[in-house]
Amino acid sequence: MNVDVIRTGDQARPATGAQLAGARLGFGGLTFSAVSQLLLAFWTIVVIFPFAWMIVTALKTDPEILSSPWTLPAALQWDNFSRAWTEARIGRFFVNTAIVLAGSLAGTLLVSSMAAYVLARFTFPGRQVLFYGFIAGLMFPVFLALVPLYFLVNDLNLLATYQGLILVYIAYSLPFTIFFLTAFFKTLPVELGEAAILDGANQYQIFFQIMLPLAKPGLIAMGIFNFLGQWNQFLLPLVLMPSEDKYLLSQGLYFLAVQQGYQNDYGALFAAMVITMVPTLIVYILFQRRLESGLTAGALKG
Amino acid sequence: MHYQKYRLIIPFLMPAILLYGVFVVWPYAQAIYISLTSWRGVSGNKPFVGLDNYQRLWLDERFHEALTRNGQLLVVLPLATIAIALTFAALFTQGSQQIRGAGFYRIVFFFPQIIPAVIVGILWSYIYTPNIGLLNGILRTIGLGDISTSWLTDPKTVLWAIAAVAIWSSIGFYMVIFLASMQSIPTSFYEAAILDGATRWTSFKDITFPLIWETIRTSVIYLAIAALDFFILIVVISGGSTTTTARRAEVAAIYLYNQAFDSSRWGYASAIGVVLLILTLFLSLGIMRATRRETYEF
Repeated sequence: MNVDVIRTGDQARPATGAQLAGARLGFGGLTFSAVSQLLLAFWTIVVIFPFAWMIVTALKTDPEILSSPWTLPAALQWDNFSRAWTEARIGRFFVNTAIVLAGSLAGTLLVSSMAAYVLARFTFPGRQVLFYGFIAGLMFPVFLALVPLYFLVNDLNLLATYQGLILVYIAYSLPFTIFFLTAFFKTLPVELGEAAILDGANQYQIFFQIMLPLAKPGLIAMGIFNFLGQWNQFLLPLVLMPSEDKYLLSQGLYFLAVQQGYQNDYGALFAAMVITMVPTLIVYILFQRRLESGLTAGALKG
Repeated sequence: MHYQKYRLIIPFLMPAILLYGVFVVWPYAQAIYISLTSWRGVSGNKPFVGLDNYQRLWLDERFHEALTRNGQLLVVLPLATIAIALTFAALFTQGSQQIRGAGFYRIVFFFPQIIPAVIVGILWSYIYTPNIGLLNGILRTIGLGDISTSWLTDPKTVLWAIAAVAIWSSIGFYMVIFLASMQSIPTSFYEAAILDGATRWTSFKDITFPLIWETIRTSVIYLAIAALDFFILIVVISGGSTTTTARRAEVAAIYLYNQAFDSSRWGYASAIGVVLLILTLFLSLGIMRATRRETYEF
């Protein structure tokens, strides 16, 4: 297929169809560009500014915060951060979240890939029903299940435990992850498995030693996606982790904010928010492209 | 030999089925049953009341008010989000010169989506505070100090202030999706259109828009469901499910949470949940049918 190319300045890049159209429709091109750039720049500010403000505010003293939104900190109050970590217990919540995520990420990926592999590459009665059953989970609002879920977890003696939360996290991450990984496994070549059988490998070996390593890109995409989703999860820990000691970051932050009315340590609160944001920021910037392509592929198909 | 595959299939499927069945399916099934009782949380005492809760819901003024708010969100959220996201996506692809920094913009605009909702909520609750908040600060600086108000306590503005936050954070996500969809349209279509005398606007209207219609349609459904399930942002921005702000912005999900966890009316709360579920299902189906069009293969 011929790929047309536009020259902008010194760069030549493959053009989208619409851009070609625009190029030939010369008139108003410059104004259109100018206005576009303006709008996009404006929106960039609208998106970034609140976060920039948050970071600056995290470095102010409380009197500075309370005087005006525009004052710049006289001196950078790094101890807001250490207070957030210790007194506001964000450090503790951070560790709790890390523990739960370690378990739930590993669990989600393992359980989902096993199920997805079978759903993608074998036929058996009830396969379609199972697959759509998992997908249906995406449509249901979580808060409907909150009420009975709370009592169920309680009855299983898993309330306020890391294990309980981990299991629930995995369960609710299954729909999307299985959906995505099934599509992924379908793209792996059948011949590899057949060749391995001829060499005497059993099905388990095929899965763990051949298929799973091949699925790494998909697993990484799902790992990132689930990391972000589970790190940001709020409702489930709110309901299932009532003991303050084991609070996760999201609910810890929430209660911290609600308490501010009584404690007035705004600096620490903002610092806590920045701390909570940092891991997702890092993961996002490092893995942004993979995440985006994974998500858009799903949306385009669906 | 043929059935040997089941020695793999069953153990591989078991964990997923078990976890999903126990923690997802069973609670949903239970929720439906509980909605038929007047359970107040005392173990073992779940008096069956049939459709009583539903009858009460039908007459419940507060529930109607909550649903009305959901209805308003239902109209505004998809419309505003998609319109703006589409506009931005179009800016990238319809210009005559390659917009510089396309990659940069995509990364930045997508950003709010990956931030925990709690942070977004708390941050914006401070942006909206009347005196030390950023919004009123900006308004005063640019001379529009008169419109500054207490955004979150004024019953007229509170729901929309929160909706604005939702729109702000999801525009990037939909823009990225639309962009991906637009970029798969072959250049030959546009070339043919130009030969026929198309302008930038008509090429968008008659080529781009119809060909990404499937993507737009999916987005409408996601956003409509989000409008019905709207919950976390309100709780976090309001500082709790029982504050006056929350009450003034009460949507169905907030009412549910309030009835369940603050008033212990588990049966009634579950009924609200089931009603929401049914509404969601009908809404999704309705939108799918109403927006059905001939698909263009290309």
